[in-house]
Amino acid sequence: MHLDHTHDGPAAVSADAHRPDGTHRALRIGLGGPVGSGKTATVAALCRALRDELSLAVVTNDIYTREDAEFLLRAAVLPPERITAVETGACPHTAIRDDISANLEAVEDLEDEVGPLDLILVESGGDNLTATFSKGLVDAQIFVIDVAGGDDIPRKGGPGVTTADLLVVNKTDLAPYVGSDLGRMAADAKAQRAELPVVFQSLRTEAGVGDVARWVRERLAAWTA
Amino acid sequence: MSRGALLVLADGRFPAGGHAHSGGAEAAVKAGRVTGAAGLGEFCRGRLHTAGLVSAAVAAAAVLGADPGELDLAVDARTPSPALRVASRRLGRQLMRAARATWPSAELDALAREFPKGAHQPVVLGLVARSAGLGAEDAAYCAAYESVSGPASATVRLLSLDPFDATAVLARLAPELDLVADRAVEAGRRVLAEGVDELPCAAAPLLEIGAEAHAAWAVRLFAS
Repeated sequence: MHLDHTHDGPAAVSADAHRPDGTHRALRIGLGGPVGSGKTATVAALCRALRDELSLAVVTNDIYTREDAEFLLRAAVLPPERITAVETGACPHTAIRDDISANLEAVEDLEDEVGPLDLILVESGGDNLTATFSKGLVDAQIFVIDVAGGDDIPRKGGPGVTTADLLVVNKTDLAPYVGSDLGRMAADAKAQRAELPVVFQSLRTEAGVGDVARWVRERLAAWTA
Repeated sequence: MSRGALLVLADGRFPAGGHAHSGGAEAAVKAGRVTGAAGLGEFCRGRLHTAGLVSAAVAAAAVLGADPGELDLAVDARTPSPALRVASRRLGRQLMRAARATWPSAELDALAREFPKGAHQPVVLGLVARSAGLGAEDAAYCAAYESVSGPASATVRLLSLDPFDATAVLARLAPELDLVADRAVEAGRRVLAEGVDELPCAAAPLLEIGAEAHAAWAVRLFAS
């Protein structure tokens, strides 16, 4: 018995950049964050922004329904065969971090069945501030919070806010109504994240998901370079 | 055998997808058949002596060298519910993925090639045990224990059951786990001599019926 990774076979093991047939696999980007912060709305907006230039698919991780997948299907942001729902057994963070097998199966099946794909967005079920994606599942992760959840969240930090490759502060249009101080949120985020990027967005304005879409394009360019 | 390898494989945190499955506990809780620790104990005892025994015998037979394809068909024949057949193959595929990273072997590669969408979980478990240097008894214990540990941890989440009570349920079942593992290994040996028809076919109709109902729910916490 030996424990190195020399065996070839039909199923790629987690983070391997190549598929079993030797082709480069799709870039996988995870979106996590608290319940109601706008993860699904951001995924939908990204699909609309990128679907004409990229071959895209989405994996959702609903906690106890297929609600998020069905929202994306109803909004018709992608054809149904490009959207897969993973069931998480009441533990959404387990499915994206501690035991990623069901999510890996979903991304591989999407590449087998509708591929070749450029990009797969893996959306976490709404969870808490400690939920982060395993590096075995995604290549980069976006953490989505919103101004209405409290402007002290960047200051509180936690693995999602501190370590995500991109922090999105969503629903900036609501800031005046909920008394959130965007300047303070930006300063706190800077203090927690140093050089890691932060995007403030409102999907109700014309700019919409533009900054996040630009960041995704940059990641994709680096991935395929 | 390596007792250390057995602990790694039997650990509930081994990342093979089990956390998303309740082993029928969610359907039983919803139907009011499990409402507390006592009901969980009865549920687990029933599952151990039916689905647990069959899985343990299949896993033991696989370790002893029975043909995986024939064992896989035998599991199909012993699993009337289509939803449970799907869940078992899915868990088999997920276990395969984890095992090919932890205990890689040519035998696992061959099984993955033969069943790209997953062989039944106990068949995979048996070959994983072989790759980990474990024996038939070890695999039987893993299968038997999984048949009760999954429902117990799911019920903690479903009923907010006291986790100490749920773990005590498992501890009380230990002597019966020993018994089931022994019977499973004996059956596995008979399979080698006489063929897969020697596998036990203990069935729990309510588990099968519950799984079909559960698969049709719009809102559920667990995949099965």
